[in-house]
Amino acid sequence: MAPQSTSNGLLDAVWNLLASIRLTFVLLLSLAATSIVGTLIPQNSDPAAYVAAFGETLYRFFSILGLFDMYHSWWFQVLIVLLAANIIVCSADRISLQRNILFVRKPRFQAARFQNLPGRVEFQDERPPEALRGLYEAYLSRTTRSVQAEAGDAGFSLFGETGRWTRFGVYAVHLSVVLLLIGGLIGSIFGFDGFATIPEGETVQQITLRNSGERLRLPFAIRCDDFDVSFYETGAPKEFRSSLTLLENGRPVAQKDIVVNDPLRYQGISIFQSSYGTLPSREAVLSFTSRSTGMVYTKEMKIGEEIAIPETLGTFALTDLRPNAQFRGHPVGDAFIGRLTPPDGTPEEVVLPIRFPTFDRMRRGDVVIAVDQFKERHYTGLQVNKDPGVDIVYVGFVLMIAGCYVTFFRSHQQVCIQASRQGSVTRVTVGGTANKNKAAMERRIQRLSAALKQLK
Amino acid sequence: MTSSLLLSATTFIYGFAGFVYVFAWVFRKASVGRLATWVALIGLAANTAGMAFRWVESYQMGFGHAPLSNLYESLIFFAWTIIAIYLYIERRYGNRVIGAFSAPLAFLAMAYASLSPNISDRIQPLIPALKSNWLIAHVITCFIGYGAFAVACGVSLMYLLKSGRGEGDGGLVGRFPSSSVLDELTHQLVMFGFLFLSAGIITGAVWANSAWGRYWGWDPKETWSLITWFIYAALLHARMMRGWRGRRIAYLTLVGFAAVLFTYFGVNLLPGLHSYQSMQ
Repeated sequence: MAPQSTSNGLLDAVWNLLASIRLTFVLLLSLAATSIVGTLIPQNSDPAAYVAAFGETLYRFFSILGLFDMYHSWWFQVLIVLLAANIIVCSADRISLQRNILFVRKPRFQAARFQNLPGRVEFQDERPPEALRGLYEAYLSRTTRSVQAEAGDAGFSLFGETGRWTRFGVYAVHLSVVLLLIGGLIGSIFGFDGFATIPEGETVQQITLRNSGERLRLPFAIRCDDFDVSFYETGAPKEFRSSLTLLENGRPVAQKDIVVNDPLRYQGISIFQSSYGTLPSREAVLSFTSRSTGMVYTKEMKIGEEIAIPETLGTFALTDLRPNAQFRGHPVGDAFIGRLTPPDGTPEEVVLPIRFPTFDRMRRGDVVIAVDQFKERHYTGLQVNKDPGVDIVYVGFVLMIAGCYVTFFRSHQQVCIQASRQGSVTRVTVGGTANKNKAAMERRIQRLSAALKQLK
Repeated sequence: MTSSLLLSATTFIYGFAGFVYVFAWVFRKASVGRLATWVALIGLAANTAGMAFRWVESYQMGFGHAPLSNLYESLIFFAWTIIAIYLYIERRYGNRVIGAFSAPLAFLAMAYASLSPNISDRIQPLIPALKSNWLIAHVITCFIGYGAFAVACGVSLMYLLKSGRGEGDGGLVGRFPSSSVLDELTHQLVMFGFLFLSAGIITGAVWANSAWGRYWGWDPKETWSLITWFIYAALLHARMMRGWRGRRIAYLTLVGFAAVLFTYFGVNLLPGLHSYQSMQ
């Protein structure tokens, strides 16, 4: 039997540890202290930046400790799990200790507990106890619950209570913390957190996950019909707006204009306006200036198109749009690339930087080509999320605020009115106890005895 | 601009109120104490009117929003909550010495808002992320919490100054409320502040979820508010469950308020902060 008692002993020791407030105190302060580290070291940055900042040795050491993704490191998770276990065990322990207080239909009052209480009020009434009893009992029944009467020597005792339920407030707070953790866990297991960038007019069905960089195929496609950004006179952004259509098998199933703070939600997936940017268009209006006649011909062209230049100056094909293009080793910014084939010559590559319209003059050819008009397109940056744990978290939020209010500012109060005949008058003593905020209890006793004196 | 005039005046009125409270405490003049209360009330009225005018003026500028959108406006509201909470306590406990430890805090908040070169007092339009009713709920709840913690810090300082000396000591400290009252008052303020800090973190999380799709992101500001929450939670458990009283609670209250200040100001000094001013 010895091994069993040892294991029981161990179990008891673990239980007692988890049931101790000292552990709560240590865990809360440990979480506070360790959380600081993650705010001093930028989280989830580029490893190269860490090596540059800390050096190779320190980088390895911090890496082993998980300090670069600290809030998801094993030891931080252990602290959180310990806190959750501590909360659950403490609550279970206290609920079982208090079960005779928490779960009773008809509470029993002991007159002895109300003797010699601080803050009790005594007064005399000329009416006999029998006359007062009905009045007091009716009044107490209106203002408290579970009113009980007891006949005593030459008089009576009356008991009543309020707010027994407020003892559950603290467990509501504890439950709320557990719900927050469960909700967070559900979100991290069954949810995802990704983004997509969609040029105006285009449709995507795949998003990129933030933590892994993997691609995820959504059960629907997102089409960005339009994107608008507006600015204040100061230049600060005023509003980002994307007109989105969701498509299932090519059929529109939802449509909404989203702005920051007003996402589109569909099938548990939420789509948030997150950022925007500009994309070069694949179309441009080009001008062709003939060197010999000075005539200017303009032509709208798409990439891949080929045209014949008037005055039999040859053919021109628009082949590419090259971001940050280089010309003979010099950066010239975004540039269209074309192929010019003179009537009797070999084709040559022409670089048409968007920022420098006169650039092609340097070629000294028979025709000077320039980008006249160039439309930029916007793309919208969308945050695409699924978090099935969020409802549980929100229940936790409500429970936490309600629970904190009840725990801090409401109490379980019991009052006792004792009346006994003394000579020709009745001597009345009003006393009360509360599980917290004794000052409020004493004020209540003052109010109660003042009210009792007025009863007719 | 009426609002900036009123708010500049508020700074000086709070400074004067702090001075009068200290004067009344040191020279034990009840009539001066009553004057201090009136000065603080006038300051609170000017503060309220200043915020109201600022609200109206933002509408006149064509992009109206509640005056709770940047550091300047939050500091002004912080000062308002400190004075409002203090005046309530003064009425409830009938002791004006606490004013000598509270009104100067409101003055410091106002003075920092008005004088720091890094804080713009211009009324600015709201950037897209801030356009949410949760912003108003978030700022109001947070700063009621911070205000309560600020006054709790002042009361704890009084407790620490008084502790170790007899209750009957007739010196400056002798005019403090009794140690047990100071201790109880600290506790009440911390509970009140904790409730509103929790509500502030929660409204912030709900707002973040509606703006960015995640209710918690371990951003330094979020994390520091949680650190503050952990500290006060530890304090409340120590007091309610282990019966800690007095000096230890007073010191924890000071540590908690240091965390509040860091959450509020210090986070801007940290590296890699995702700024609420810009999109990702």
